[in-house]
Amino acid sequence: MQPAVEIKGVSKTFRSGHADTHVLDRVDLTVREGDFTTLIGPSGCGKSTLLKIVAGLDSDYEGEVLLEGEAVRGPSQEKGVIFQEHRLFPWLTAEQNIAADLSLRNADVRRRTDELIALVKLGGFEKAYPRQLSGGMSQRVAIARALLRQPKALLLDEPFGALDAFTRAHLQEALLDIWQTRKTSMLLVTHDIDEAVFLSTRVVVMDTKPGRIKASVPIDLPYPRSRSSRSFTELRTAVLGHLEQRQEQEAYSI
Amino acid sequence: MSVSLAAPETALEAKPPAHRRKRRGVFLRGAVLPALIVAVWQWLSSAGLISEQLFSSPWLILKQYAALARSGELPHHLRISLIRASLGFLLGGGTGLLLGLFVGMYRRFEEVVNPTVQMLRTVPLLAITPLFIMWFGFGELSKVLLISLGAFFPLYVNTFLGVRNVDAKLFDVARVLEFSRYRQMTRLVLPAALPNILLGIRLSLSIAWLCLVVAELLGADSGVGYMIQDARAFMATDVVFVGITIFALVGKLSDSLVQFLERRLLRWQDSYKG
Repeated sequence: MQPAVEIKGVSKTFRSGHADTHVLDRVDLTVREGDFTTLIGPSGCGKSTLLKIVAGLDSDYEGEVLLEGEAVRGPSQEKGVIFQEHRLFPWLTAEQNIAADLSLRNADVRRRTDELIALVKLGGFEKAYPRQLSGGMSQRVAIARALLRQPKALLLDEPFGALDAFTRAHLQEALLDIWQTRKTSMLLVTHDIDEAVFLSTRVVVMDTKPGRIKASVPIDLPYPRSRSSRSFTELRTAVLGHLEQRQEQEAYSI
Repeated sequence: MSVSLAAPETALEAKPPAHRRKRRGVFLRGAVLPALIVAVWQWLSSAGLISEQLFSSPWLILKQYAALARSGELPHHLRISLIRASLGFLLGGGTGLLLGLFVGMYRRFEEVVNPTVQMLRTVPLLAITPLFIMWFGFGELSKVLLISLGAFFPLYVNTFLGVRNVDAKLFDVARVLEFSRYRQMTRLVLPAALPNILLGIRLSLSIAWLCLVVAELLGADSGVGYMIQDARAFMATDVVFVGITIFALVGKLSDSLVQFLERRLLRWQDSYKG
């Protein structure tokens, strides 16, 4: 089967004046269809930049990015993007935001919007404006908006980073639910190890300066996962080990 | 927390029963000062403390209103003034809105057009008026053009500003969702710039009104401005006041109309209401 996302030898350098920063260095990564892959790493490792490249929002890089075998050229509905902030249109109601440029008077759009509202459990809030929604609800609207376009992959850039712990845990479960119902391939960027192990089928650990992939940890735990189980804790420790290794090296080099 | 979902309709749709009463309260508070001024004015002239020849009195003005309305003079002049102001506003304001949108959307366009517009903006309108009269005569054209020139700038500047205030992050979203150019305009740029555009409309309307008076005072044979000028020649102070209050009333009315639109169209805004 064709992989959902293929990243082949992607490098990127930020140029600012005389100092060049090497953000990404020959990154190779494959997200298989239906997989839930998580990118984790310290801040500044370029994981968000990598996601932006896959989304097509950043085209200044070397290497190749393929979506179901086709080269990515610019942003498109095929790659749903969830940003850290919900980025809803404040002048549209929840359901209008989900439809966005499509008309709710179209019966098909109406039906699919209603389905998604049920899926993200926003019944009763269809007509609310973003200012009337909580952070978690807004983020669910954003997820529904992306899913309405039936993307080949959903790219999530620290989507729950700005939420409180309760809402975050709730939304993680909601996201798992959506993933299991829709079978959309997911690529998530986070710095939360718990979140990574709880959600994904594979955790990819990134290294910083320059950003490159250091380790890939498959998470072979059945869903739903219990954060307190021994196997969970072991995998969590394994990921943490890969992350900390770097910090020790850094400590020595100083 | 996001799980406890109460039925939101009650909070969102139903207006509080006190809503009407609150509105009336707002209106009354706004009417206190004008009412006080009118009362003092009437008392002063009734008591003979000020000259009726120079200051007239609210009662005389009211009588003059009735007389002018009955003779058909007032409706006639008002109608002509309204047509002039609306034509000028639509022409100038419309051009300002369109040009502002383009200049806001396309940097190249801005580089070519904006410096010239900003230069013209600093020229006092009254300095251009003689030129307009030389070019277009005393007819309707020069009046409408003068008004439209005045109405152009506020809408241009505010629309431009409004477009530039659109959150760049939302443009990313529009790109990801593959908005068409048309949708990008109607679902993103226009609504985002709407608060500024409405402000521009309010300012343009008041300037259109101002230019109307200038145009009609300078030379006209009809319109409220002409009526004032004509009355001045005969020292008919009450008619002058009728003209002035008409301007004030219509000005306030048009402003209230835009404010009403603001309330309706900007319901989504989450800003401090005082």
